[in-house]
Amino acid sequence: MVEIVEQININKAYRHLQANGAGGINVFVGTVRDHANGKTVVGLEFEAYVPMALKEMKRIAELACEKWPLERVVIQHVTGMKEPGEAVVVTGASSAHRDASFEACRFLIDELKKSVPIWKKEYYEDNSIWVNAHP
Amino acid sequence: MEVLLFGITRDIVGSDKISIASEESPETVAHLKEWLEQRYGGLSALRSLAVAVDNEYADDSTALTSSMEVALIPPVSGG
Repeated sequence: MVEIVEQININKAYRHLQANGAGGINVFVGTVRDHANGKTVVGLEFEAYVPMALKEMKRIAELACEKWPLERVVIQHVTGMKEPGEAVVVTGASSAHRDASFEACRFLIDELKKSVPIWKKEYYEDNSIWVNAHP
Repeated sequence: MEVLLFGITRDIVGSDKISIASEESPETVAHLKEWLEQRYGGLSALRSLAVAVDNEYADDSTALTSSMEVALIPPVSGG
């Protein structure tokens, strides 16, 4: 299951990962941190190129299923304005034995960060920047 | 040809898309990047600038036609 949503729904992600053949379920939740580069962050705004982001998320999910024997895979990502503490991304995997789901869960978030066309703007108390845009 | 803009590229250009007249239409992704960087200097200062064609990352040599969906992909920062 891959989706771009306004609000993360961890219960929905978890329910999707449940399978009778799964002996282990891993879920990673990325959240908004209240500081970056020594400054106070008041919020993050996420923007996605939705059709391409979904296609890229699907590609990563399929790649994970080729690399590990997985029962189910989940990637959820938000768009819009989020405050410190809020969940912004979920990756998850379930598998018969735990090693595969641990490794796949990390692979999903690492690959998402590399290639999925989603951008975040960090809002500080006095200004804002697009994260990662400049060297 | 229309080029969709996201994130910082939208701020640099000041619009969410660029329309290129058919007589100026770039033939490849490399030509498109040259055309854009000549007009919008701020694009050259980015850490990277990829081009997506029909929702997939394209190489510099990818040929462009007006029916394709073309988008600029500045450095991604999801997660």
